[in-house]
Amino acid sequence: MSISREEVERIAELARLEIPEDRMERMRAELSAVLEFVATLNRLDLAGCEISTFAPADAPLREDEPDGRRLDPARATAGAPEAEDGFFLVPPIVENLEP
Amino acid sequence: MSATELWRRSAARNAAEVRAGAVKAADVVESGWEGPARIWEADVHAVVHEDGPARAAGARAAGSGALAGVPVLVKDNLCTTDYPTTCGSRILAGWRSPYDATVIRRLREAGAVVAGKGNMDEFAMGSSTEFSCYGPTRNPYDLNRVPGGSSGGPAAAVAYGLVSLALGSDTGGSVRQPAAFCGVFGLKPTYGRLSRYGLVAFGSSLDQVGIFARHAGDIALAYSALAGPDRFDATTRLDPAPDVSGWAQGVKGLRFGWPQNLWKAGVASEVVEGLEQAASWLEKAGATRVTFDFLPGEYAVATYYLVATAEASSNLARFDGVRYGFRHPDTPDVRALYTRTRSAGFGPEVQRRFLLGTYALSAGYYDAYYLTAQKARTRIRREYQEAFARCDLMLMPAAPTTAFRLGEKTEDPLEMYLSDIFTIGANLAGIPGLTVPVGIGKGGLPLAVQLLGPEDGEGALLRAGRAVEVRGEIQRLEASHESEFAWPTRR
Repeated sequence: MSISREEVERIAELARLEIPEDRMERMRAELSAVLEFVATLNRLDLAGCEISTFAPADAPLREDEPDGRRLDPARATAGAPEAEDGFFLVPPIVENLEP
Repeated sequence: MSATELWRRSAARNAAEVRAGAVKAADVVESGWEGPARIWEADVHAVVHEDGPARAAGARAAGSGALAGVPVLVKDNLCTTDYPTTCGSRILAGWRSPYDATVIRRLREAGAVVAGKGNMDEFAMGSSTEFSCYGPTRNPYDLNRVPGGSSGGPAAAVAYGLVSLALGSDTGGSVRQPAAFCGVFGLKPTYGRLSRYGLVAFGSSLDQVGIFARHAGDIALAYSALAGPDRFDATTRLDPAPDVSGWAQGVKGLRFGWPQNLWKAGVASEVVEGLEQAASWLEKAGATRVTFDFLPGEYAVATYYLVATAEASSNLARFDGVRYGFRHPDTPDVRALYTRTRSAGFGPEVQRRFLLGTYALSAGYYDAYYLTAQKARTRIRREYQEAFARCDLMLMPAAPTTAFRLGEKTEDPLEMYLSDIFTIGANLAGIPGLTVPVGIGKGGLPLAVQLLGPEDGEGALLRAGRAVEVRGEIQRLEASHESEFAWPTRR
């Protein structure tokens, strides 16, 4: 199945990616080829096949007790590109609105 | 044996001598760096983060456990406090984890020393270790060829002798395929047997930490030290892990499946010769061959590239320039922060998979792609269950070819995906698989086979792996009076 340029742009937007113009046609062709290949699944008889899950069915909740391990804000933010006083710094999210 | 030759030994032997006080942990750890690394590392490029003082500190803390003083190279997607963890990606440049992965913690508790971080395809997406921001790793048996992937660095390091043990991760064959290309053992355990806590997630329902070694016994040793429930990973199985201490007990009475329809076409003749060799050795050792047809691997590949990419597009949404590593310098608003950071920070293969996964999950396509793939996964899982009603394990290729050339498949994503055709099924079904080296082929490249077992079948896999290893050693001894591991030579 072939995917259109507009669809590539739409899913790139959803995935928060920018596909540069010079890579767009190639990406479109590669995705189309892979989608064509995965269509082989339509030949597989899936009658009676439900979705599998892999977590243990009887997984109990653990006791809600601290175990002494603690990640303090300074260490948690130490690997961030920008942080201050134990907070992650980001550009403004909300415009200044008049009250 | 002089201290500088300790790297040639098995992990089990070195650990026993460290415990007995016969050798020093620091000598075991450094012998790989002082010997083989000087010959190989500049060209092979298996290691992306190394740190002499961190190794020395590890050796001092080694203690007297099952892996006392054993150096272990770990894939760059396992969180370590003493080395950066960057998943072979620009987007995590320089990032250090504030905690150790559970498997790293258990390694240290067993006395092992983290020897450094191994190269990998970016976020474990690839089958050749060419998609790393640090550049490719090369195969020590032929520097013009790939080591396989995505755990190519750990596999190559075990093959050339830097370490006797290494950890990788296996989402669709990323331990078993590079183990085959580099001629070493590689185990992907049953899903839920090794904790994924601190393994940077790719496809959470498929990911397992795996083990590389040159000897079946060393895989058993490491598995025993690492496997078992973990309160930090809710998908670990709660009952005790299978006992693999019988790895040397032989294969008398074991039935191995021989799904020969799978290699009628599209599999290199050398690979088929390796399979025949392993099968005849297993029969000589007392196992029985059971021939049957099995579901072709194309269905598994198609299922995998929907399930894995969907899970990856969700898991890797966390890399957005806020909490870890790299941030694009020009980010006027949050939207630009996300989009510019991700577009500049992730490589082309990772971006391609995000798009595929996002598409499969998006409104209007979810039923046709993701849901269909989930059902196909159940069908594939049943196929394996039916097969294991007839045999104790299955003998399969680990890959359709021996190690391919650098650049051979980077231009054709589908071609690269199909190199995982024999390994992907085990991840979809949650079952264990073991790559077993068979010898060196006529072209000078390692030949290997893959054994698959039912859930918790690790014990039988290792018994069969050991049986093949023993026959290989006997053959090498007869040929050259050289019973050691088949080391690569420079060419």
